[in-house]
Amino acid sequence: MVEESQPLGGKIVTKPFLVLAALAAVGVVLMLYRYLYGLGAVTNLSDGYPWGIWITYDVLVGTALGCGGYAMALLVYIFNRWEYHPLVRSAVLTSVFGYTLAGVAIFLDIGRYWNGYHLFLPWYVNFNSVLVEVALCIAAYVGILWLELAPTVLEGHQDNPKAQRARQRLERWLPVIVALGILLPTMHQSSLGTLMIIAGYKLSPLWQTPLLPLLFLISAITMGFAITVFESILSSLAFKRPFETPMIAKVGGVMVWLIGVYLVIRLADLLLRGAPVFSSGFLSSMFILENLLYVVPLVLLASPAYRANLRSLFVASSSLLLAGSLYRFNAFLVGYSAGPGWTYFPALPEILITLSIVALELMGYLYFVKRYPVLPKAEHV
Amino acid sequence: MPKCKNSQTLPSHFGLVSRRDFLKFCGVAAAAMGLPLSMGAKIAEAVAALKRPPVIWLSGQECTGCTETLLRSTHPTVESLILDLISLDYHEALSTPSGHLAEEAKKKAIAANKGKFILVVEGAIPMKDNGIYCQIGGRTMLDILKETAPLAMGIVAIGSCASWGGIPSSGPNPTGAVGAAEALGGKFKVINIPGCPPNPYNFLSTVLYILTFKKLPDLDNQGRPRFAYRRLIHEGCERRPHFDAGRFALEYDDEGHRRGWCLYKLGCKGPETYNNCPAILFGNVGARSWPVGTGCPCFGCSEKGVGFTAPIAAQASLVHFSTTGTPFKGEERVGGGRLCLTPPQTFPPIHPPEGHGPSAATVGVLSGLTGVALGAGAITATKLGKKETESDDKAGKE
Repeated sequence: MVEESQPLGGKIVTKPFLVLAALAAVGVVLMLYRYLYGLGAVTNLSDGYPWGIWITYDVLVGTALGCGGYAMALLVYIFNRWEYHPLVRSAVLTSVFGYTLAGVAIFLDIGRYWNGYHLFLPWYVNFNSVLVEVALCIAAYVGILWLELAPTVLEGHQDNPKAQRARQRLERWLPVIVALGILLPTMHQSSLGTLMIIAGYKLSPLWQTPLLPLLFLISAITMGFAITVFESILSSLAFKRPFETPMIAKVGGVMVWLIGVYLVIRLADLLLRGAPVFSSGFLSSMFILENLLYVVPLVLLASPAYRANLRSLFVASSSLLLAGSLYRFNAFLVGYSAGPGWTYFPALPEILITLSIVALELMGYLYFVKRYPVLPKAEHV
Repeated sequence: MPKCKNSQTLPSHFGLVSRRDFLKFCGVAAAAMGLPLSMGAKIAEAVAALKRPPVIWLSGQECTGCTETLLRSTHPTVESLILDLISLDYHEALSTPSGHLAEEAKKKAIAANKGKFILVVEGAIPMKDNGIYCQIGGRTMLDILKETAPLAMGIVAIGSCASWGGIPSSGPNPTGAVGAAEALGGKFKVINIPGCPPNPYNFLSTVLYILTFKKLPDLDNQGRPRFAYRRLIHEGCERRPHFDAGRFALEYDDEGHRRGWCLYKLGCKGPETYNNCPAILFGNVGARSWPVGTGCPCFGCSEKGVGFTAPIAAQASLVHFSTTGTPFKGEERVGGGRLCLTPPQTFPPIHPPEGHGPSAATVGVLSGLTGVALGAGAITATKLGKKETESDDKAGKE
């Protein structure tokens, strides 16, 4: 199958771009403030809650949203469904930004960031740490993602023979890169769940289960598909391109199956453990909200006729993204209790920094789709 | 008390030493080497079974302090134990005969125990002008050492002078004094027990180790037994918590000094000196019986380049991590295990803040954002609905 992608072209600096830039600028100033005056000056983090919104949103939700590249690669290369290939490039692009900025966010969050390079010096590494596996995997995967994106960027420099030679050389290695690009997220997305297993009783029984790694992995993959659908619809709408309806509808079908599997495992686990689903007060409401958000796409996309409907695809994918994000927030912050007396709610600067990271992601996305051949060539319907 | 089947009675040459004292001594020696207590029994058996191992003790430029420490500072009966345990065939200060008789005895002992005796060197060896600045019986110490060393089973240099030159070698070093290993030109393996004086147990334990296991104990790159010289004094120091907390005595007899705070700022060389003084103490008289324990800064007597070299009031240089964190060359403990000796600049509060709830501004911004997101989502969904009907209409027309 020969398929072509092309850059969208057009002005890079537009009004939305400037708004995003302003948001990013606010965040950058706050980041400088954080490095000058320390974590205490900009965050509400404490010894009881050393992980706040930066880890939960930027790293956990951010990398899960960045699973588009992983989920599509799984579908295309492992299950050999090449009909989805046109979606891969834009999915990889969202992954690149999701993961790179998650990596950056970690350096905001660690108190002694100047020791951060110790991760790459084996004699400093504690190989019994769950976090080490996550950190090494994410670091490696960021590199792999950029390599996956590299052919796209090189293709953008058509008139540069050096770039084209580099691209050919790179494409010979693509199977290895893609294989690593599937292995690494499988490892660290599940390990992100393991992180909370070691929190033991501090995490509410509504979320604490030995199956956390599996649930995190499945929900990350569903979020990967959801973000691909979400992003396809939005970019078609924003750039006034034809919708990729038949293809994303099929992705919606895959999503339904995965959500089904996820919900069965999740509910069976709760039943078997006899978790207090309705008697945990506020936590119960959060739990019910989280799972209702999972049920919405299941209902909306259940029949093939609904799946072809753009609106239900959009609502379903948004709902699924919210569900996956809420699951992560619940498992890492809401359902977590550091003990009597400890509280945490993100401070305003913390939230603004997170917003600026999101803004940077969107700016990067806008720049790349306009400058490089990421989106499939528009065919007039 | 180690159980020792084969030593129900002691051999006659142990003289007035009681069996109880002997086993106690062996147990203490095992403990000093960090060996399990059962090793004490093994040591006792090895020692009791042996015909007393012959020892030739050569003295160069020394003060006999090392001999004194061996004689006085241990168990009440240890001097007789030592004198009976090993067969001290030649020792200038302790031998009963003197003059030609003593030299004669030495010759006989060496001839009879060729390759079986332990050679102990005490004191530095002058090298300048062919070693004429230290002569015994008309011969230079250098000659005597060079002649005796090849015939010995093992060579132990006791004290800082014999280990690396000690006080005679401190500048301007008029006699060209060096330690035993250097005087022998590095041709022989010399076990160094530096210290001024060294702890007698470090010496005894080394000798007993050789007798029991028939091999040398683990040595570091300066020939010192690891069991004794593996750690910095600073690591085991009872005043270390004061160092970490930044509490220093600034003058002798100031408040900090009276309260037993860290002596680092008075010039204590504990952070650069490897020895086990804080662990095994001196003289068997209980806690704090070592220099730092009594309020006197360590002057680094056992460390080459520190003791008798660095000014007593000069502050020790602290060991830091290298910038890349790589272990230093010749490092004893690899794997980032080296202690970072720099005291921290701040300390955690006793009552840490327990976090904050949401502020009004945060809640406002967050609800605003949620509203915007939901609104945008709803508008998009409506737009999408319209598009779809449009395209359906188009399709219908076509």
